[in-house]
This record gives sequence, C-alpha cells and structure tokens, in this order.
Amino acid sequence: MAAPVADTAKSAHVEKKNKKKPVKRYWEVTEETGQKRQDQDNPDQTTSTKDTRPLKIKKTGQSQSWKNDPFPGEAPIPQKQLQKFQRGAKHKVPAGAHGKLKEAIVWSKTVSELAQKQAARYDLLLPEDAGFLEGDDDEDTCRISQEDIADAVDITSGSKYFNLHLTQFGPYRVDYSRTGRHLLLGGRRGHVACIDWQTKNLTCEMSVMETVNDVKWLHTEAMFAVAQKKWLYIYDSKGTELHCVKKFNDVLKMQFLPYHFLLATASATGFLQYLDVSVGKEIAAICTKMGRLDVMSQNPYNAVIHLGHPNGTVSLWSPNQKEPLIKMLCHRGAVRSLTVDKTGTYMVTSGLDRKLKVYDIRAFKPLHSYFLPAGASCLSLSQKGLLSASTGDVVQVYQNVWGGNPVSKPYMAHRVRGQVWGVAYCPFEDVLGIGHGQGFTSMIIPGAGEPNFDALDTNPYRSAKQRQEWEVKALLEKVQPELISLDPTQLSKVDQGSFEQRHKERVEVLGYDPLAKEKFKPRTKKKGRSSAGAIEKRKRKVAHEDQRDVIRQTVEERMEKEKQQKEKSSESKELSKKSALDRFRKQGK
Amino acid sequence: MAVVREQKEFSMDNEVISASEDEEGSDDERKHNKLLQAISSLGGKRRKNQTERSEASLQVSEFLVNAEGAGDKIALSDLLGTVEKTPGASKKTKKQLRNLQNRNETLQLPLNKEQTEKIQRGIAYEKSTQEVSRWQGIIVQNQKAEQLVFPLNQESSRPKPVEQIVAGWKAETPLEQEIFKLLNNNSQPIHDPVLTPIEEASLKAMSLEEANMRRAELQKARALQSYYEAKAKREKRIKSKKYHKIQKKAKRKEFVKQFEEMMKTDPTGALEELKKMEMSRMEERMSLKHQNSGKWAKSKAIMAKYDDSARKAMQEQLQVNKDLTQKMVTISDDEHETQEEESEAVPDFVNDVEPIVDAVNPWMRNRIPREEPEVICVTTEQPQTVEEEEEEEEEKNEEEELLADFQRKRALRQADEDDDLVPVPPAEEENNTGEVAREEVVGEDVVNISDSDDDNDDDEEDVSQFNTLFRLMSSEKAREAPAQTQEGREDEEQLLDEGHVRVRTVEDLEALGEAEEPQPSASANTSTPQTATSEPPAKKSKEIDLNAVLTKEAKAIKVPLMPAVVEDDEERDEQISIIKEAFAGDDVISDFLKDKRKQEEAGRPKVVDLTLPGWGEWGGVGLVPSRKKRKRFRIKMAPPPPRQDKKLPDVIISEKRSASVAAHQVCQLPFPFQNPKQFESCIRTPVGQTWNTQSTVRKMTTPKVVTTMGAIIEPLVREDYIKDKSSIPASKAPAIFLEDKSKGKDGKRMSKDKHKGKESKKRRKI
Repeated sequence: MAAPVADTAKSAHVEKKNKKKPVKRYWEVTEETGQKRQDQDNPDQTTSTKDTRPLKIKKTGQSQSWKNDPFPGEAPIPQKQLQKFQRGAKHKVPAGAHGKLKEAIVWSKTVSELAQKQAARYDLLLPEDAGFLEGDDDEDTCRISQEDIADAVDITSGSKYFNLHLTQFGPYRVDYSRTGRHLLLGGRRGHVACIDWQTKNLTCEMSVMETVNDVKWLHTEAMFAVAQKKWLYIYDSKGTELHCVKKFNDVLKMQFLPYHFLLATASATGFLQYLDVSVGKEIAAICTKMGRLDVMSQNPYNAVIHLGHPNGTVSLWSPNQKEPLIKMLCHRGAVRSLTVDKTGTYMVTSGLDRKLKVYDIRAFKPLHSYFLPAGASCLSLSQKGLLSASTGDVVQVYQNVWGGNPVSKPYMAHRVRGQVWGVAYCPFEDVLGIGHGQGFTSMIIPGAGEPNFDALDTNPYRSAKQRQEWEVKALLEKVQPELISLDPTQLSKVDQGSFEQRHKERVEVLGYDPLAKEKFKPRTKKKGRSSAGAIEKRKRKVAHEDQRDVIRQTVEERMEKEKQQKEKSSESKELSKKSALDRFRKQGK
Repeated sequence: MAVVREQKEFSMDNEVISASEDEEGSDDERKHNKLLQAISSLGGKRRKNQTERSEASLQVSEFLVNAEGAGDKIALSDLLGTVEKTPGASKKTKKQLRNLQNRNETLQLPLNKEQTEKIQRGIAYEKSTQEVSRWQGIIVQNQKAEQLVFPLNQESSRPKPVEQIVAGWKAETPLEQEIFKLLNNNSQPIHDPVLTPIEEASLKAMSLEEANMRRAELQKARALQSYYEAKAKREKRIKSKKYHKIQKKAKRKEFVKQFEEMMKTDPTGALEELKKMEMSRMEERMSLKHQNSGKWAKSKAIMAKYDDSARKAMQEQLQVNKDLTQKMVTISDDEHETQEEESEAVPDFVNDVEPIVDAVNPWMRNRIPREEPEVICVTTEQPQTVEEEEEEEEEKNEEEELLADFQRKRALRQADEDDDLVPVPPAEEENNTGEVAREEVVGEDVVNISDSDDDNDDDEEDVSQFNTLFRLMSSEKAREAPAQTQEGREDEEQLLDEGHVRVRTVEDLEALGEAEEPQPSASANTSTPQTATSEPPAKKSKEIDLNAVLTKEAKAIKVPLMPAVVEDDEERDEQISIIKEAFAGDDVISDFLKDKRKQEEAGRPKVVDLTLPGWGEWGGVGLVPSRKKRKRFRIKMAPPPPRQDKKLPDVIISEKRSASVAAHQVCQLPFPFQNPKQFESCIRTPVGQTWNTQSTVRKMTTPKVVTTMGAIIEPLVREDYIKDKSSIPASKAPAIFLEDKSKGKDGKRMSKDKHKGKESKKRRKI
C-alpha cells in the first residue's frame, strides 16, 4: 500500500464498469460434486474388482458398455444451486404410516425433488453477473466521479449518466416502470413527463397546473397515476386524463402492488386507501389515526405497505385489517424515509434523529444502526441490495448494509444541483435516478441492477404486442387482495383456527348464522283454533324443549364423568388392594 | 353266492331263508315258523302283484312288469350278509358296515329349503370371492399406477420391422401372384430368416467350438460354485466354537498373506482392502465388543481372581480389541514417503482417490484447484482496507468474517474509551459516582460527540461527562493484559478515525448483549472478557429496556461529500428539531409503551362478573355483595397464549386472526394425512409453469387415465393377468412405468408381447 506499483497508477483508476467475473466453467465445480462423482464411480470399481477375484465368470457385454460410458449417470448438480431452489423442509414418512399416506408423501417427495433438480439445472441459463466498481489500492470508490465512470465505460453505458435541467418546476419525484425502460417525472409545481430514458424519447409532457405530490406508473407504461393537490388522477401515456378519482383526496405518497393490481395511497388526512386498478374499485380505506402519512414503502415480498410516522414508529398494513399488522418503534424522531429490500428480509429506515437503521423484518429486530452526519431524507434499495441515501444535495450509495460488518463508508457518492426529492433505482440497469430541485440526474451505479431478467414477467425488450399479451396473462393471474398478509405462504398451510373462530368469521361474512336453530313458529290453524290463547298454549308446549336438550346433555356428560371416575377409583382400589401374601411382609416396610 | 348276486331281485327271500338255514340248524321250531312265514308272504305278494293281460296289445308298459319283492324294504343286514361272504370286500368297509348296522340312529330330516339355499349361497359366495380376489393384485397395482393408458393392448405406432409386415402379407393381385410363382419356381427365398442383431452378432462372434468351450467352462464354474456352497453350508452348521476359532485364525493368516502379496501386485486393490480394515477398526472402536463389558466378560472378571484360564480369556479379549483398534501402517515406509513428496510437489487435487476416472472424464480433468483467498489476515483497524474487505467478503468464510467483525468492534470500543480518557480528570471520579447511578435510573441517553464534531452540541457535553466517567470506570475494570498490546495500534486508529461520532451511553453497555442478539457477531462479542466483566450476569435476566434498545450503538459513517450549505436556515431548524426530538424522546417511548400495554390489555380475556347485588342477602341502600359471593360468581378465563411480541420491546404485533386468508385456506386435513405438517410438506411445491421447468410441469400434471378417442376399451382378459391358480398373479408392478424409479419392481414385468405398445410409449415419454 505504501508504494503503489507504477503500472497500476498508469492504468485508469476506474475499471470497466461492467467488469464481468470470469464465467464459471464446468470444471470449476465445487468439491462436493467431485466427491459425489467419486462416490458414484466407486461402487463400480469395487464391484469390478470383486468380480475378477473369486470366479472369472461375470464379464457380460453390459458392464462393458457401462464402462465405455465416460460420464455414467446424470450430470452432477452443485449443492449450492440445489439449495437455492429448496422449497420447504422434507417430511419423512412416519413409521406407522399406512399405504395411502406413504404413497402420497413419497410421490410429493419425488416430485419436489425432481422440480428442485430441474430448476437447479436450468439455473445454467442465467449466466449474467452483476458488475462492480473497484478503486485502486489507496483510492476510495466513493471519490470516483460520475464523469470518470462515464468516460471509462462503453458509450452505451456512458450515455446512462445524464442530467436534465428542469429548473422551473421544482423538485422532482421519480418513478421507473417495472421493466425499467420508462421514466416518469413529476415536478412539484405541476410538471409531469414520461420519457423512454434510454433513447431519451419524450412520450408525453404536460403541466397539470397544480401541485404534484407523487407520480407512479401503473402495471404498464401505458398508464400512470398522479397525486395532485386535491385528487388522484390517472393519465395514459399520451397525457390524456383517464380518471379523476375523487375518493382519493390529498394523496401524498403512492405505491403500486403489481401482482395485485392495487394502487395504495397515503393521504395527508391519515387515510391509507387501496384502489384496484383492474376493476377501478376502492378495495379498502383504512383510517390509520396516525396523522399525516408522507413516508411510505411496500414490501415486494408480501405486498404489505410500510408507513412511517412522525412519532418514530413504522407500521405495516394489509388491506384486510383495520389495524396495523405490526407497529415498531424505530426512531426517536420522526421517520423520514424507509425502504424494503426485494426479498422482504430487510427494512432500512432513516429518521430525524439522523440515524439510519437496518431491520430484519422477519424477526423485527434491528441489525445495524448507522449515524449519518445530516441524516437521510430519501432512501432506496436496488435489486441487488445497494442502498442509496440522500442527505441534502448529496446522494450516497452503500454496499452491503446488512452484512456482518457494519459499513463505515459509502460505496459511491454524488452531488447534485439541488435538494434531492426523489430517488429510485432503475430495474435491470445499473442506474440510479435522482429527482432534485434542478431537474433530474441519472447516475451510473455498477452492480445495482439485477443482471438476469424474467422475460415472462418483466421484459425490458418487449414489444407492444408482447406487452398486450403479458397484460392479459397478468390480469388472469392477478392475486386477490384478500391474500395479502405478513406471511405469503400462509395460504399453503392448514387453517388451525378453532371451529368457533371459523364459525364467527362465517357469520360475519354471510351476515347470518347458518347453523342457528329456527325459532318455533306455530302453524296457523283454522276454525278458530289459531286464537292468540291457543297459539300461546302451543308455544308453551315446546318452550322447554331446548332447555331439556341442554339438561339432558349435561346430565349425560355428568354421568359419563362419574362413570369414569368410578372406573378410575376402582382401578386404583384394585391396585391398592392387599394380596393374601402381604401379611407375610415385614412390618417395618 | 355269485349266482345269487346276479339274480338279486329274483330271489331275495330265498336267500334269506337259505342263509338262516346255513347259519343254524338247532332252532327247528323257529326255523319252521320262519319258513312258513316266508312262504306265506311269498304267496300273498305274488297274488297281490299279479297283473294279468286282459287285452292283447302291441305295447306293454314296462312298469307293468313286476319283479318279485320289489316293494319290500331292504334291511342293511340283508346286504351285509352277502358282503361278509364275498372274499373281495375289504375289511375296512366291512367294519364300517358293521358299525352302521349296530348303530340304530335314524337319519336326520333334510334341512328345509331356505336353509339349504342359505348354505349354498354361502359356499357360492366363498367361491366367487376366491375367484374375484385373484384380481386384487391387479386392481391394487392399477390403482397405484401413476398413469393408465387405455385401450390396454395398443399397437405401437412405431414403424414395424419389415419382416413382420411381410409375414402377414399375402399375394393377392394376379401380378403379385405371378411374381411369386416365378420366385417359387426358381426357388428364390421370399424373405430372409429373421435374426435379431444380437443373434447375428453372437453368430459372428464365436464358432461352435468356442461356444462349446464356453459352455463347458460355465458348467464347471457352476459345479464348483455349488460345491463351494455346499461346503460352506456344512461348515456353518458345525457348532464347535473351537473349530471356528481355529478357522478364523487360519483365515486371518491367509488374508494377511494375500494382502501382502496384493500390495506388490495390485496396489489399488490393496488400498481397497486397507479401507475395509480401517472400516472394521472404526466399527470396533465404536462398538463395545471385546471391551470386557459383556455378560460373559463380567462373569469371567469375577472368576479371574481364582481361575487362571478365565484370566487368560480376558487377556485374549483385550488383545483382540487392541489388535483391531490399532491403526494400520501396513504400507511400507518408502512408499509413504514418495506419496508425501508427491503431495508436496503437486497440488491437492491430483491426490484424489479416483485418478482413473478423472483421466477419462473431461469434466474432471481440467479441474483447477480452488483458489484460496489470498489475504486472510485483515487489518480491520485500517479504514483503507475496507474496500478490499468488501470484495473479499464473498470469499471469506463466515468464521473469518465473524472474527474480523468482532475484532473490529472491540478495537473501536477500546479506541473510544481511550478517547474518553483524555478529557476527564481522574479526581472527579469518586465525586460523580452517585450522580452516575442516578443517571442510570433515569435512563436518558445522551449524545456523546468526539472532538472533531460540530460545536453545536456543546450544551450536551457536560451531561455526557457523567457518562464518560462511568464508562471509564467500567473500562478500567475491564482492562486486561492482552489489551495493552493493542493499544499502539489503537492510537493509530484513533488518528485515522477522527471523524467518528459515537453515541453510546451506560444503557448501551447494558443492552449490548441483548440488543445485538440478531447479529451473528454477538456470540463472539459476549465471549470477550471485557464484556463479561462489564456486564454482570444478573443484569441479563432484567427485562429489556426499550430505551436501551433504541439507543443502540450507532455506527458513524464518514461521508466524503458534505451537503452544501445551501439551506442553512433549514439545517439549523432541523438541528433544533433534532434536539427537541432527543429530549422529547422519552415521551415517544412512553407513548409507545402505553400503546403496547393497551394492546396487551385488550388481548387478555376479561373476568366475567356474574354477581347480582342483593341476591341472597338483605336488601337496602349501599349494600355491597360480600366478598365470598363475588369470588364465587367471578369467572376467570384461561390466559391466552403468550404474545408474539413478548420479547420484542419495541414492536407491537397484532394478534388478530386474518380471516380473509383463512377463507381460502384448507381447514380440514384431507384423508390420508395425519397431521398438518405432512399435508403442508406435500403441497409445498407449486405445480404451475411459472415456478417449474416444462418437463417438471408435464410430469406433475400427467393425467391418471389416458384414453384414445374412438378406441374400444375392452375389459381385462383373465388369461393375460392370471396365469395359474397356483402361481402368483402375473405381475404386481403397475402397468405403466412413467419413470424407472422402482428398482424392486424390475423383476416383475408384464408379459412382453402383450404390452409392447405401452412400454414403447413409456420410453417415448421419458
């Protein structure tokens, strides 16, 4: 470190942006598999030696051909890959299982093993690796400027660093579409623009002549929602106003849940509302009673909405429950921003107490707590887990915030011209979009985006036709909002609530008790026999029936109990009874 | 008598007479009477049965012809008499008949119709069940089969061999016939004899002599084997222990000899043997065999005092144990050395067990030894290396990471303590201890900022002094000898880490152990003597303090670019608000705690009070029901299960059941499953295409029954499946194998010619 070598100093201190790791070759298989193969081969050898020794009889053509095959059996799969696709724990066949149960368990086991293996094999088709940035020996990566990076990388990648100077309409909110192709900008003073940011084609641009609080793409790039001063508006990609949703007023923040087709909004009046954009209905409106809601994020893993509050708490909401699922105290001051990672494991929050906290939201325990000199106003997590935090006009990017070692330095840093207002990572790209007071900045962050995309889900290169096709399929596979809960795997579990609980729920849903006994209603009889007095008499006849039933039942129960007790006591008596030989026992004992 | 037998019907009565005559001549009177009777009866009957032809007719009914004595009853004795005299009759039958005669029981009445029918039905049922139950195996197998394809005897759609087609083909058209005639006349072969390629190959492969030789060889081998088997069986049956002992010894000797030979000739085989020996050694080490701990050994141990032979036997046992557990060093030393040299010269992977296969297998051949992470010792104190570390983290294994983490933390903490050492004069120590204690009780955390930080936090400084004092004390207690060695480095680090801001209080120290629980490094942390001393074990049992959790140690981050001072006013406002927040913090916490308590309260079941004031007591104004009554009519509910957030002081988890999901959940366990876990494990793998590869989906969704459209599905033919009454049903394996997962079932295949089609289908599937 003391004396850096000359040639390293000469070379550009920025490595090529997407410097790929060498592709893993098949001969670099981990040792385990090698061991496995040996294990596979070993028995063969032993058998052959065994065969040759005692009697030289067995040398059939079959074994010959077996030997000729240089790669007998299936190709081995590395344990690591297999583990990646493990689903749940295996269940052993219980000892006393009858035939059908055994069959069912064995079948499911074989099938899931097959599925796991196949998936692990197909993992080969995801060859891309995430890039990274590497400084020289005594150089911090956070000191490397964006210009340097843009110069060092190829032209296409370099063009991803750009600035949009939009000084008039004030700080901008940013949203990328799910495929990462389209960018939506919403200026606080009413400027809304859609851009295909890679080609820099302007799809639409308008001024809504109103304060814009937040902008969000809906399921495709054909529609977006804008939270304006009073109502929520929905526009299409050409800027035509499609809807003005007056049920949603004073919206401050929005989140779109793509698999549920839900637009969740948090308003200044403290309401959390869900709009189903596929049918245009309000699914739920929850009064949080926690004041102004201007901090919001979604957990992509289970579609739970996280809200941050001025009293330092973070609450988790689903549309099915009127009270928060979880409420946790994170900061002593107000929560300024929060974000949840893609796997739904970690949550990062920042508060007015200038702390940045990393939580494990499976256990609801803090992992790390960092102190930022000026706190962080906007947080965002990339697909690969890079955290961007903006303080004032500086955006810092941190790597590995939830790793074993606490981070002491940012991975990258960049200063923009104005106060940062919105930060968002572009999916499947190594790009961070920053909306600030003076416009928009697109920043190159090596290693931010997921290198492999699922073309059936989010295809950055899809055509219009493909998009339409996808839209239909996605609508067919829409997940119902009732299924949103903390544990998304809950559906695959057996409901273990008691009968009473379930019955209560059923009554609530139906509005009446299906198991309730009908009240006795005397028949109307003719010829004056249905007079009020007669009816009363008849009613009195059956009045005690119910009571009798109850009494009968209790009496029966009591009898049974007594019987059991008797049996017990008799048993104990028998046990305690002295045998004839007891008299010969020593008295002392 | 032979005559008599021939004309049975004719002279029944005469026989009787003659018989009696023969038997006894003494009783004349009786005999006479009998004779008379016989005669009279003869005459009477004859008269009675005489039929006369009154008219001449062509047809005479056969029923009109009467035999003599036809209407008479035959006693068993009549028959018996003749039997006695016949020489051919067996003694057994004679005896039986005599018994019969002596018995004078009457036959029972035949059962009435209903009962006989019932019995018949029972028998018929049994028979038919027997018949039907023969299908049981097939039915079960079909039920178990992953897939059934109907109709069963499908022709394969594959191209057939030409010979098969030709065999069934006949010349029909005149042209064809003519051609065939020509061919026949010229004695040309119409089609080749069909030979399978294997047969052809075998034909090519060996001549007759060779085949004969081979056959003879095989015969010999078989004979030898049978001899060997017989011998082994015989030897096995010998019960003498001594014999076996001797045998074993001999075998062992033989084996050792063989082994030594093998070492020279076949080193790989020897290695194999060595492994086996090692294995047996391991087993011996594991087991209690030969440890003189068994029943026999114990009895011997008692005897050993007096009995010499017993002692000897015990010694022997122990010797055996020693021999078996001894490590083998059979490979000669020089060989070993060479191996070692090799291992030094060549990378590890060369020494792998399977060099042969590796040579063939290109997958393994090009394997490169895994690179070890170059730098293992990470100097955590130096911030320059942080970047390197981050990149190496993937390669580093977890332990190293933990270790490094732990080291870094400890160093940081110590550095901090050193920081604090400087400003505080030691004289103040004793004076302030009381105050410090009070501080602890209040539980207010204070921001402690090192010298390089902004000056706007000055007002907090004096408060922090108490804090630092206390820490100083504890640190001095905690300081140990090994820490001194690190101090030099720490000083350096202190210089480098000037920008660090540490927010830590007394409570932090207390809470460290508990609050850092989720961190993997926590375990390492607690193991240090420092924390062990500063944190007495009694405090662990104390309930977690929310204050402490919130004021967890925060790692300060150095930011290269400080935000521009554009919004100076805003910044200041923010600072003020921060300070406000810091002091109002307790309020936030207490609010939260109140909220939590409220939630807990709501979750707790309430006590139902059923007391009726005035019931069973004198009435009046201002009467209070007696305590006894209240106690009696108050129903306490069972306490609810512990809350999920019981151990999380800063979290409130809603205990409400989510009814919306429950509506879609399975609420009753389906049939074969016995507990929810089994069921859940069985549905854990999704079936859809989104989560699976194409082939897996196809496999998972194979239909249970496949039929071809328009094809007639015939019922099973018995002959195909049930071969013999005696033999087991032809096949127990499922009709269709989707996958050759069943190893045990290989032996039982269906009759091949019938189900060729299906098998081919199966092959195609795979």
